Amino acid sequence: MTVIVWIVEGTWPACVDAARAHTPEGADVVLLHVTAHDIPGAAHGAYAGMLGRGHPERDPGTRLEDMAARSARELLRAAADRLGRDCTRIERIGRIEREVVAAAEGADLLVVARDGDRTHLGPKSLGPASRFVVDHAPCPVLLVWPEPAPGIATIPPPPPHPPHPPHPPHHR
Amino acid sequence: MLACAVVRPWGRPEAVVAVPAAGLLVGTGAITLDHARAEAVRLGPVAGFLAAVLVLAQLCDDEGLFRACGAWMARAATGRPYALLGWVFATASVITAVLSLDATVVLLTPVVFATAARLGARPKPHVYACTHLSNTASLLLPVSNLTNLLAFAASGLSFTRFASLMALPWAVTIGVEYVVLRRFFRTDLGAGAAGAGAAGTQAPQVPVFTLVTLVCTLGGFVITSALGVSPAWAAAAGALVLACRALAQRRTTAFAIARAAAVPFLAFVLALGIVVRAVIDNGLGPALAHLVPGGTGLPALLGVAALAAVLANVINNLPAVLVLLPLTTPSGAGAVLAVLLGVNIGPNLTYAGSLATLLWRRIVREHDTDVDLGEFTRLGLLTVPAALVLAVMALWAALHVIGG
Repeated sequence: MTVIVWIVEGTWPACVDAARAHTPEGADVVLLHVTAHDIPGAAHGAYAGMLGRGHPERDPGTRLEDMAARSARELLRAAADRLGRDCTRIERIGRIEREVVAAAEGADLLVVARDGDRTHLGPKSLGPASRFVVDHAPCPVLLVWPEPAPGIATIPPPPPHPPHPPHPPHHR
Repeated sequence: MLACAVVRPWGRPEAVVAVPAAGLLVGTGAITLDHARAEAVRLGPVAGFLAAVLVLAQLCDDEGLFRACGAWMARAATGRPYALLGWVFATASVITAVLSLDATVVLLTPVVFATAARLGARPKPHVYACTHLSNTASLLLPVSNLTNLLAFAASGLSFTRFASLMALPWAVTIGVEYVVLRRFFRTDLGAGAAGAGAAGTQAPQVPVFTLVTLVCTLGGFVITSALGVSPAWAAAAGALVLACRALAQRRTTAFAIARAAAVPFLAFVLALGIVVRAVIDNGLGPALAHLVPGGTGLPALLGVAALAAVLANVINNLPAVLVLLPLTTPSGAGAVLAVLLGVNIGPNLTYAGSLATLLWRRIVREHDTDVDLGEFTRLGLLTVPAALVLAVMALWAALHVIGG
């Protein structure tokens, strides 16, 4: 059984805990982190916008690429420590949601944390990237709350019943 | 030439193309020697001022000012990405205003990324805040942006008058950025931060001497401008004090300082000024003169700022300001400052000016990295028009209260 655990800054501990709690001991656990390609891209762009500076080695985007790789490694190491089992670590770079879906192909389970508005139960508890992943996942998904889920009282009351539409005429 | 400046053929500095291009224009008579000389005389002191600020920023980095900023931000915002965004805004706004946008882009952005990573927060909102503020927070002081230095020299304003007229537009623009970014990145900010935080790290070493020198330099700007002396001398004195100390303590070398002064960049600025002057003399000036609204009423200021923003996006803000300054200076300081609002806020719409962006995208694609401009542009569309309109209104109000 292959279990992909999507590790994202902020919400990852819940995913690791869920993987430990809900998968058998012998499962093949893969910790996946995706670095957004556009973060170094923004720094590259800002530097390119400053005309005439020369010195490509001063481009902060390049430093950000190195730092992002290092930070991803450290995050995965922390996640592996918390898991406390044998696991594989995978780092990818690109469009986050698409990379996660691609990595989940052929897996038996994908563990994802909610990362949207977590004060209410409901669709907004998924941010755009996790919404995309849940909607497009090519495998079963275990969707967890990073903290205890809000009560069902947070679901807004149903709208008042609309007046009954007139009965359609009977056709014989 | 703009294309070459972006593509940087053979990895050489842009000046390698720009200086011969300027020489060619003088040689072929496309610009008269008098005009070329006048341009060089006008831009020379600006280049000197710029060099002093660049050296000052690099020495502040050598002394650990930016690392200390990162440590302070980490301590103040452990576990709270929203608080971190607030601190990033405060830090990037002040650093950009005092040490120029170069310092924010090159020196502060990596520190902010590292801080977010250390706190376990998603870095994207904070990195985007730095790149946006490097443009929008560069409105305040003449030293904040090369465009400001150019306009400052042309406007005839004193340092303090420039700053007092731009203070309100600066604050309004940063406010718009904060409101929009906070909402735009609410998912990333709301995800929380589960990192080591500031725990276990040493208390940051406060570079007291550097901070005091910086404050004295700022005071020097005010005093020199009151005495009618160029504030460039205050920047040079600040850079000199830090340089002497760093050299005495063997923390830096004369070569490193000369390198920080970015002589090829200064040569590029001079050459660009001459090339743009040649283009203006040969037809662009009269053509654009029809488009530049006269006067300093609110509609005229809005028109000037919008034109400047469009031009900054079509070409790049540096050539844009060089083109627009001679056309707006006759209308007075208000129009010149409106140009600055346009060329400093405008670039957040397309990184480097759309022409430059197109070239840059092509280069990036050659390097096999996929760059998604969609999100950057969407954020730009949300911030730039609102910031521009509100900043112009703030400038108009400041001109009425303080007087142009």
